[in-house]
Amino acid sequence: MATTAVEHAHADVHAHGSKTGLWSWITTVDHKRIGILYGATAFVFFLMGGIEALLLRIQLGRPDNTFLSPEMYNQLFTMHGTTMIFLAIMPLSAMFFNYMIPLLIGARDVAFPRLNAFSYWVFLLGGLFLNSGFLFGAAPNQGWFGYANLTSNQYSPGLNVDFWMIGLQILGIASLAAGVNFFVTVLNLRAPGMKLMRMPMFVWMSFITQVLILLAFPVITVALILLMFDRFFGSHFYVPSAGGDPLLWQHLFWIFGHPEVYILILPSFGIVSEILPVFSRKPLFGYAAMVFSGAFIAFLGFGVWSHHMFSTGMGPIADTVFSLSTMLIAIPTGVKIFNWIGTMWGGSLQMKTPLYFCLGFIAMFIMGGLSGVMHASPPADLQQTDTYFVVAHFHYVLFGGSIFALTAGAYYWWPKMFGRMLSESLGKLHFWLMLIGFNLTFFPMHFVGLLGMPRRVYTYPKGLGFEIYNQVETAGAFLLLIAFLVFIWNVIRTTRGPANAPADPWNGATLEWAIPSPPQEFNFAEVPVVHSRDPLWETKRERGGQLPEPVRVSGAGIHMPHPSYWPAVAAIGVAAVFVALMMLPKLGPAGVVVAVAILFLGVFKWAFEPA
Amino acid sequence: MAPAADHATTTGLDSRKMAIWTFIGSECLFFASLISTYLVYRGKSLVGPFPHEAWTSPAGQHFEPILEIKLVTVGTALLLFSSLFVVIALNGAQRNRRGQLLTFLGLTIMCGIFFVGMQVYEFTHFVHEGLKLQTNLFGASFFTLTGFHGTHVTMGVIWLITMFILALRGKVTPEKALNLELAALYWHFVDVVWIVIFPVVYLMK
Repeated sequence: MATTAVEHAHADVHAHGSKTGLWSWITTVDHKRIGILYGATAFVFFLMGGIEALLLRIQLGRPDNTFLSPEMYNQLFTMHGTTMIFLAIMPLSAMFFNYMIPLLIGARDVAFPRLNAFSYWVFLLGGLFLNSGFLFGAAPNQGWFGYANLTSNQYSPGLNVDFWMIGLQILGIASLAAGVNFFVTVLNLRAPGMKLMRMPMFVWMSFITQVLILLAFPVITVALILLMFDRFFGSHFYVPSAGGDPLLWQHLFWIFGHPEVYILILPSFGIVSEILPVFSRKPLFGYAAMVFSGAFIAFLGFGVWSHHMFSTGMGPIADTVFSLSTMLIAIPTGVKIFNWIGTMWGGSLQMKTPLYFCLGFIAMFIMGGLSGVMHASPPADLQQTDTYFVVAHFHYVLFGGSIFALTAGAYYWWPKMFGRMLSESLGKLHFWLMLIGFNLTFFPMHFVGLLGMPRRVYTYPKGLGFEIYNQVETAGAFLLLIAFLVFIWNVIRTTRGPANAPADPWNGATLEWAIPSPPQEFNFAEVPVVHSRDPLWETKRERGGQLPEPVRVSGAGIHMPHPSYWPAVAAIGVAAVFVALMMLPKLGPAGVVVAVAILFLGVFKWAFEPA
Repeated sequence: MAPAADHATTTGLDSRKMAIWTFIGSECLFFASLISTYLVYRGKSLVGPFPHEAWTSPAGQHFEPILEIKLVTVGTALLLFSSLFVVIALNGAQRNRRGQLLTFLGLTIMCGIFFVGMQVYEFTHFVHEGLKLQTNLFGASFFTLTGFHGTHVTMGVIWLITMFILALRGKVTPEKALNLELAALYWHFVDVVWIVIFPVVYLMK
């Protein structure tokens, strides 16, 4: 890659020098730094959600256990679910959106760098707010689905539900802002020659995910607004005694909730579709089919929500329609799985850690998919709903699916993000511990679920045949803890080591491997021109083998957006508005006025600041 | 929200314009959910006052149909005209006709303020008549739907006033007319949403 910027190297070597310190992170608008912030924050939340799960497993390790009170158990399973979905998997995906999308499409940043910073700060504040319930001994305790009228003032008089609904409302704003940003980035900032059907599969799947976020999150926003009005102002949207219908909540929630499932898994599909070709030394099999099946999954995802509600008695017509549309999703998903296998078929497999996790992903996701098709059938679902069978199913798709793929992505892109290679032997140890621990934890849940063990109940009596399964599950959960401790040790060890990762350690096919590891602030000294789906492989073929290590250049003359703290101020304003609403009885309208003033200050200063 | 890229965009469309369109697409689902809620709860209120029918409470208190269709029709007409005015204002900005820009932007803002004022009057009047958010499902879904629309109009008015102040300072030049166009796009959207809400709430019996 030519480096015209080298000529200006003497002009201003400090133009894009390394900026350090806390303030530089608070004011950063660099998509790579924001990506790292997302990743680090989400990993901490992931560990919290994991600890919550361990406490639940300790409680369930033996019958009639009193380790946790029923009230504490409710808080922990609610926070485990909410945390893992909104504060772990979604922002871990967002880490890859942030860090990788601009690199993969050959851009210098996202379309709106300060909006990107705003999204992160809103996400952080929402996550902290959601968890702050623990400080008051009133963490959310009604389940991550928050069914009406469990959430009404009558049945949940405490602050628990308030922390949940306000926290989710704040997090939704972060997701929507990021959704607009990445939607525009992918459409508008592609390098010359990168047509839509040349985009890397991760970019495609992320793009589809943004569409889902943009269309699904407004619906839960409304559902939460109605709940907020019921709780704060005494309206009766979900109160049956006043004619309200609790099922309205379920419909609105699942019209959001089912697309949300694909918001959680499609980025993972994308990551796996990036890794498999590189480690098979073959282009992705069935590229176009992969794109269209992803789009089809997303489209169908909006027409299946009521399969979460078979047990509410919707009648045979609705049951049939939603059952069929749900089963239909197995087709595009099956297409994807066969294409992944087709990609590896006849390839020269490089048995490295990222590939291990991808193989684990495919196997585990198939199992989760199979049990998913099972509860697409209403009669089967009526037997399985609210049992551990369902818990087994969604952990196979969200842990066996998303977390395996996100871990694969972490091992794959770590050298690009931090300039250091994670240890292969520790990585493989991590993989085996995680695979075994995962299956020990969740496979027995299929059986214990079919035996009739209900979800969300803090204990079970002796003699129902649940004991042995639960003991194995608890042991498996601790193995998972060890697996992630190995990962943390791997990260610490690697971070202490020298930063000597080459630009292209895996013989990658996409643009990010052409630039130094970690990339410079402006990513590409010269914007690349793309001629094919695997641009870097093409360049290597043309030049006959590996490319020389790219040189770092000064980047003087490349205009990059200035740091700004106004997005963070605006984010504080957003959170403050909601907190003021929650404290309305105590602070009165003055609190809201102050909060809105902070928000407007942030937005106006941001809007009139030179970019 | 200036775009980072100093090179032309892939589609040729300005990124900010695309972002507004994307945001509008997302907002459609927001209002679709609110309107659906209103429709689901239509006729489901257990007690009055009702929108289109008279009601006598068990205690013998009589309530007339509560909606003030004439007043709201005037408000609706003004909101529709404001969409035309903002187009003319934008045209003025693009052709560097300062008088046209300021006059019609001012008219747009006046219409917006009148609409919000009408809504404030309507809400106060309803509360006076005995319809509150807490009274029945009609009250809850009506105040929520029209209230969130009104909030959107208010945001639009603040945005347009900001543009008006910029225009007074001569900062809405033909090169920067896009800044006004973004506000106008949002304004049209808020208007279009009302075109759906008005018949659903006020005309459908």
